[in-house]
Amino acid sequence: MLKIKCPICGNRDETEFSCGGEAHIARPLVDNKLTDKAFSEYLFMRDNPKGIFLERWCHTSGCRRWFNLARDTISHEIIEVYPIGQMPKTAKGKKSYQANWRRRSKAEAASKPAKRIVK
Amino acid sequence: MANKDLDRGSRALTQKSKRYSIFSLARNAASYHQNWQQAWRHAEPKSAYDAVIIGGGGHGLATAYYLANIHGMTKIAVIEKGWLGGGNTGRNTTIIRSNYMWDESAGIYEHALKLWEGLSQDLNFNVMFSQRGVLTITHSEHELKGMSRRVHAIRLNGIDSDILTPAEIKKRVPTINISPDIRYPVMGGFVQKRGGTARHDAVAWGYARAADDLGVDIIQNCEVIGLRRNGSQITGIETSKGFVKTPKVGCVVAGHSSVVADMANIRLPIASRPLQALVSEPIKPILDTVIMSNAVHMYISQSDKGEIVLGAGVDKYNSYAQTGSWPVPEHMAAAAVDLFPFLSRLRMLRQWGGIVDTCPDASPIISKTDINGLYFNCGWGTGGFKSTPGSGHIFADLIAHDRPNSIALPYGLKRFETGYLIDEHGAAGVAH
Repeated sequence: MLKIKCPICGNRDETEFSCGGEAHIARPLVDNKLTDKAFSEYLFMRDNPKGIFLERWCHTSGCRRWFNLARDTISHEIIEVYPIGQMPKTAKGKKSYQANWRRRSKAEAASKPAKRIVK
Repeated sequence: MANKDLDRGSRALTQKSKRYSIFSLARNAASYHQNWQQAWRHAEPKSAYDAVIIGGGGHGLATAYYLANIHGMTKIAVIEKGWLGGGNTGRNTTIIRSNYMWDESAGIYEHALKLWEGLSQDLNFNVMFSQRGVLTITHSEHELKGMSRRVHAIRLNGIDSDILTPAEIKKRVPTINISPDIRYPVMGGFVQKRGGTARHDAVAWGYARAADDLGVDIIQNCEVIGLRRNGSQITGIETSKGFVKTPKVGCVVAGHSSVVADMANIRLPIASRPLQALVSEPIKPILDTVIMSNAVHMYISQSDKGEIVLGAGVDKYNSYAQTGSWPVPEHMAAAAVDLFPFLSRLRMLRQWGGIVDTCPDASPIISKTDINGLYFNCGWGTGGFKSTPGSGHIFADLIAHDRPNSIALPYGLKRFETGYLIDEHGAAGVAH
């Protein structure tokens, strides 16, 4: 049984939570030029590491807030809990974020608005 | 649907002396069973093979067997990190059935069931395939209606499936409570009489022995640590026992599919989750069929040893630890006691978990990849055991001919680009 530290409610049993799978999957912008193959990497393909995994959880039976978790998929050790919209702060969490193939995927590149040219 | 003139790969073993029969049993009994030959050689990797199968579970061994037997590729190896059948092959609840709703699924699972029906003879190894029937029960009016839709779809594909009334269920399973006043009243159900169970270890051992007899090298305790390629052509694999040259690699590693795919920079839609099961202490025969319930979410049968075998759904988060989380077996036991109150007095004997490769549409991936000579057979998720012979048969065909046959075609990775998913989540029942 995992003990998960909800950012709002504190330590609770895993049965109060739902796991939402891989975190930091950004949806490509509406006017993307992606091929079906590249779009499928956003829609269906998932990082599935043996080691540190960044994932989303929701405290379904509590405050119902979503948050992120860095967890080891071998030992189930929870490395850190951090808010939605933020990046992991621990070294292991950062490394896992960078190691994910998604960081170099076309779908993720297409999720960021083009930089405005400032004259 | 499965092709009618199916090559089962049922040729006699090449070494007649190795055949198991009533005579060999009598002969060995005379020498106090001290002189049984080893079932397969302990091979060390050679420097090159025509094809290498990664993963020595049921699916991998079946692939190797059919490659050698039907396609004549005998210079091949099966590479296994641990021991044969030590992963999900030895960790499931051994249920076999083919009552899936979609046409594509009917094709693949019925193909497997047809192979199951003669497997012991084909392999000259008793896999203890027992067609004791798989009975799915329903607990509400709506579930009953959904069920009849499924049953009719299944029957249209020529697969046996019969709707049962509560009274008929009671006749088949005298221990079940069909009172309308209980928490989960049994409103009806359907049975696939050709479904049943098999001895999971025997499946791995039977395929291993038969493949070994045809010259396949089965290499245990050998981990794959890398894939070598030249441009877009696979050239070999790096293992803990050195480099092995090969133009064809078939990857059948279930929960570790993403790990191997990462070595080749291939993306998969797989999430690795623990699937748990448990057995009770052995008791006298009380349940002679398999019972499944979608609403209560569990499946139950009794093993030949007398243990009550229970299973349910996957754990809710990704994991590579072959154990699982405690709330899941607790749920399983609670659901089982809801249906069979007498189970509450039994003690749990063992609990275990296997890491299953779950796919977004709950259907497998049997596919070529962007790399020539690299093939994947994965994504079986929670329903791999029942398809072991079919999976190996089809995958061997894909590897030998480098093109998917009509059964494998819908299961390519391409479906995640086209959107032509084979969504068996709701359609397949609980233990798919």
